[in-house]
Amino acid sequence: MLWEIDVHPRASQTDHEALRVAAEAADLGIANNLGVRTARGFLVESPSLTADQAAQLADELFADALVEQPITAPAGDARLAEPPNKNGKLIHVLLKPGVMDPVALSAEAAARDFGFSLDAIRTLKKYWIDATDDQQLQTIGNRILANDAIEQVVVGPLPFDRLQLGSEYDFELKNIQLSGLDDRQLIELSRTGQLYLQLAEMQTIQRHFAELGREPTDVELETVAQTWSEHCSHKTLAGRIAYRDEQGERQFENMLKETIFAATQQLRSQWAQDDWCVSVFRDNAGVVRFDDTFNLAFKVETHNHPSALEPYGGANTGIGGVIRDTIGTGLGAKPICNTDVFCFALPDTPSDDLPPGVLPPKQVMRGVVSGVRDYGNRMGIPTVNGAVYFDQRYLGNPLVYCGNVGLIPHDKTFKEPQPGDLIVSVGGRTGRDGIHGATFSSAELTSESESLSGGAVQIGNAIEEKKVLDVLLAIRDRGLYTAITDCGAGGFSSAVGEMGEELGAEVWLDRAPVKYEGLSYTEVWISEAQERMVLSVPPESWDEVQSMCAAESVEATVLGKFVPTGRLVLKYQDTVVADVSMDFLHNGRPPVVREAVYEPAPAKPLIIPQRSDYTDDLLRILGAFNVASKQAIIRQYDHEVQGGSAIKPLVGAAMDGPGDAAVVRPLLDSRRGVVVSCGMNPHYGDLDTYHMATSAIDEAVRNCVAVGADPTRIAILDNFCWGDCENSATLGGLVRAAIACHDLSLVLETPFISGKDSLNNEFSYVDAQGDKQTIAIPPSLLISAMGQVDDVAQCVTMDLKAPGNLLYLVGETKDELGGSHFALVHRLSGGAVPTVNPQRAKQTFAALHATIRAGLVRSCHDLSEGGLAVAAAEMAFAGEIGAELELKTVPVGKSSLQAVARLFSESNTRFLCEVSEERADEFETQLAGIPCACVGRTVAQPQLTIKEAPGSEPLIDANLQDLKTIWQKPLDW
Amino acid sequence: MPQPRILILRAPGTNCDAETAYAFQCAGGQPQVLHLNQLLESPHLAAEYQILCLPGGFSYGDDVAAGRIFANQIRHHLSDVLATFREAGKLILGICNGFQVLIKSGLLDTDDSQGPVASLVWNNSGRFLDTWVRLRVDGNQCVFLAGTDRLFLPIAHAEGKFVARDQQVLDQLGAAGQLALRYDSAPGETEATNPNGSMADVAGMCDATGRVFGMMPHPERFIDPTQHPQWTRLAEEPEGEGLKLFRNAVGYFC
Repeated sequence: MLWEIDVHPRASQTDHEALRVAAEAADLGIANNLGVRTARGFLVESPSLTADQAAQLADELFADALVEQPITAPAGDARLAEPPNKNGKLIHVLLKPGVMDPVALSAEAAARDFGFSLDAIRTLKKYWIDATDDQQLQTIGNRILANDAIEQVVVGPLPFDRLQLGSEYDFELKNIQLSGLDDRQLIELSRTGQLYLQLAEMQTIQRHFAELGREPTDVELETVAQTWSEHCSHKTLAGRIAYRDEQGERQFENMLKETIFAATQQLRSQWAQDDWCVSVFRDNAGVVRFDDTFNLAFKVETHNHPSALEPYGGANTGIGGVIRDTIGTGLGAKPICNTDVFCFALPDTPSDDLPPGVLPPKQVMRGVVSGVRDYGNRMGIPTVNGAVYFDQRYLGNPLVYCGNVGLIPHDKTFKEPQPGDLIVSVGGRTGRDGIHGATFSSAELTSESESLSGGAVQIGNAIEEKKVLDVLLAIRDRGLYTAITDCGAGGFSSAVGEMGEELGAEVWLDRAPVKYEGLSYTEVWISEAQERMVLSVPPESWDEVQSMCAAESVEATVLGKFVPTGRLVLKYQDTVVADVSMDFLHNGRPPVVREAVYEPAPAKPLIIPQRSDYTDDLLRILGAFNVASKQAIIRQYDHEVQGGSAIKPLVGAAMDGPGDAAVVRPLLDSRRGVVVSCGMNPHYGDLDTYHMATSAIDEAVRNCVAVGADPTRIAILDNFCWGDCENSATLGGLVRAAIACHDLSLVLETPFISGKDSLNNEFSYVDAQGDKQTIAIPPSLLISAMGQVDDVAQCVTMDLKAPGNLLYLVGETKDELGGSHFALVHRLSGGAVPTVNPQRAKQTFAALHATIRAGLVRSCHDLSEGGLAVAAAEMAFAGEIGAELELKTVPVGKSSLQAVARLFSESNTRFLCEVSEERADEFETQLAGIPCACVGRTVAQPQLTIKEAPGSEPLIDANLQDLKTIWQKPLDW
Repeated sequence: MPQPRILILRAPGTNCDAETAYAFQCAGGQPQVLHLNQLLESPHLAAEYQILCLPGGFSYGDDVAAGRIFANQIRHHLSDVLATFREAGKLILGICNGFQVLIKSGLLDTDDSQGPVASLVWNNSGRFLDTWVRLRVDGNQCVFLAGTDRLFLPIAHAEGKFVARDQQVLDQLGAAGQLALRYDSAPGETEATNPNGSMADVAGMCDATGRVFGMMPHPERFIDPTQHPQWTRLAEEPEGEGLKLFRNAVGYFC
């Protein structure tokens, strides 16, 4: 019998979901003042549940009588369809069968706790909409209420009276015929099978099995495709590249190894016994030393393709996945904070301008933010740092970077599975979720991706992961396993394949716990169901692992064992379904050889409008989406859980100023701090990806240094998100950026410790004229930085502290308005992109750090988007203290510089510092040899005034409240 | 009397257990974190403690409603043992999700013949909010708030709006001194800065004895002075204001 329990908001209460729907309908131009009422529903399937019991569940579990009204009836009963508003037409939205429904899982357990027997629960949402016609109803259903990637819309009554619970699986071994296929057929097989392998790779597989004298099974082919996917093997960047730029040619055998990794290796050997890197570019996260007992693990991942199709689920599983990366580092790190960076198209893009298959940017942004919020907050990990960048080229391809820092004891930092160890799966069950996620994320998105790859989109279940984390740290501390890794892209295939690479493994696929019946052996093997970890457990420890997991309601299952055969053997019951050599899997892929060419953009002067007053320019930059306050996002994240928050993302007199970096104390009884920041500027990449990369590094490092981090202990990560790298010019821009990373990392002695790339971020569609159009994202290199401070009490924030202090500008200002926000808001192109003077940057960071450590600096802010004018404005309104600046003394090197460049140039390695008059001499002495000058002072009057020289007319004159208002408004929704 | 023992009860999704235990430890108590499954298996364990604390987090994911599933487990399996605990003159504290559990489990004495008279529901904004709030203490009923009249603490919740069934219930609870913690106004303002739409600006409530207390703000997040959102603007303090609540609880037994 199927019961339905609907929970309606009482008439006196706000129907929040209805408000959301009405607002989005208005936003999308579908209807103004749309009449909507909503309810949450629960379908309860049980052979024995009585009406009284169903009513009891409604009253005591599902509804809160003070604000909600339940309606309980057998599914299909007319009472359930009755509109709470007079004319509303009913729409149901349900998660598609097989999509993770955490609320249903929790509700099932909670309902059984009443002593009732039941088979399953499914949740649904109900909407009664005053739509004009069915067409409008359908539009609202598809565009506002449901996302077709994971949800189904049912207009009118539900068409079923029982829940589908899967059907039994009949085992049948499948072979795939490769022999005799010609090149065209191989390519066709790669595409239709969603393997996304290239011809040379398909040919290699064909030859390999021809030599073995047999055809591969489907699961063997899938395993090879997953292992060789761009997503898992990073074959393009770790491959052979012939690179050419204006300086000549260079051949790479392994591009990343010879640029970014090489810099780190060189630094480590230079430092010798002072080396503070612990594990770099080998594990799921990079690891560096923190204190005498602990190390820090740091990883940033992207989850772009899934987020484009289903922003909430994509971001949700993105943050869930990167958290598992640190949990799966060494023998397991404890996650201590998150960082999240997003790139979207402009949120005010009219919906008529959207290509087919593209979700409105505002909807994408809301979904992504909610997805990160709901997972991060539930995991109890503070989200402390982030950024949001806007550019119209992210329209079909938004970027979602999720990062996590973990704390790990020195003696738990390395892992090695042993022969004879059991392969144990811990956590969530396996379902059809995310089939082909690894291969899909390596392919270009098209307007049809949504229907093709629905299976690659998932919803996470944060509480499952939290349970796994809690119990794993306890098991780790008892020393009960020898290795751990996460099930990410590629599922068991990737996790077991990687762990057993040096040994060999035998896996019994029929033993994997499944969410529902009917999964084939291949689906079990490549499913990317979330919240699963794989452990390598010595047989004598298994009983204790199992009982510790059971005590916390976490499922643990023996899936197989690691055996020293050098082979990967998969069995289903007694049948061997796969038997491939680890060597072929991990070393058999034919080398990818690519051409990369970089041609510098032709130099073009920036024509700057001359004026006598730049107040309006400042206001426009402050109100630009990139610069505007992100408060509405930040406050949805719990940034204080775990009790170690020392510098919060929002600082100042009204707790709303934009901090440069966040600082947390990971150990409750210690003042030692971790500093997290980032740097990125996709707009510079249009001019020169070399300088884009060095600017991003400089920005990430200077953000850390600005709050007090020790510049000799900053580790960084690279995340390249690029367009189609089969295009030699696109790849050329990337190689050039990687070379820049190598060069600056070496001089600053700031090591890269891990990284990740996401290529093929292009979106194709057919326009109204029937022509194929492709939008490639701009080159998007995110640099994430993790610094350290001995004592968080030495940190400083960016808000001005008191009137009567001096303002010092540290660092040299150059004529570098190319790619700047001044240029952006005026739609100007050309100009010189900001560059970094590496030696000078290193000296500046060290000297400035010394002044902060000595307590000479009251406030400090880095100069980035919008240059000096924006930095001064932000410091002033954050501190509610006025400032008077004079441009005459701004350090500008040899040449003279126009006022507009001194105000808005985005030259790197610059800070604006507030210093009390008594400490000014000391401050200047510490900074001897570094470009630095007093450029003004703080005043009580809440006004920002910038003049050329004392006595001249103001170039900028604005009230602080006006500046703040315009900065806070654009994204305050 | 030796150090009082504090039972920090965690369920799947609880996530403030470590820092709450640390706060009790700083206050001189002897905290121990226990999984709910262990207490369900051996309810008699509760008798070994003087203070029960339900910390913050998202028990069972806040699925269905915040704190509801945990609260039902208490109603179904632990109500006797916790009634005994309370009647023995011991203390119970619920913070954030712990408050949601307390109020929905009946441990705050908020049930009458028609069911619960008070609850915590979705914020007026309809979303999660992390911010710091000014608080004032109403009356002197609550053991945890003794000697305190103002506090500055962070909140981080989506379902923290306090509602009572009707005005009469609200007046009764107020008159009994049970609505012990209220959102306060900023200096110079008359109206309270109420972050979620709570009736009567309620941020925390106690039972009639003052020994069972639930609050939405997080005192365990203000133990070290550098947790204050504006510490770089202020003179250095020796400790955070939140510690006082834990001292009051521990001190009650010393």
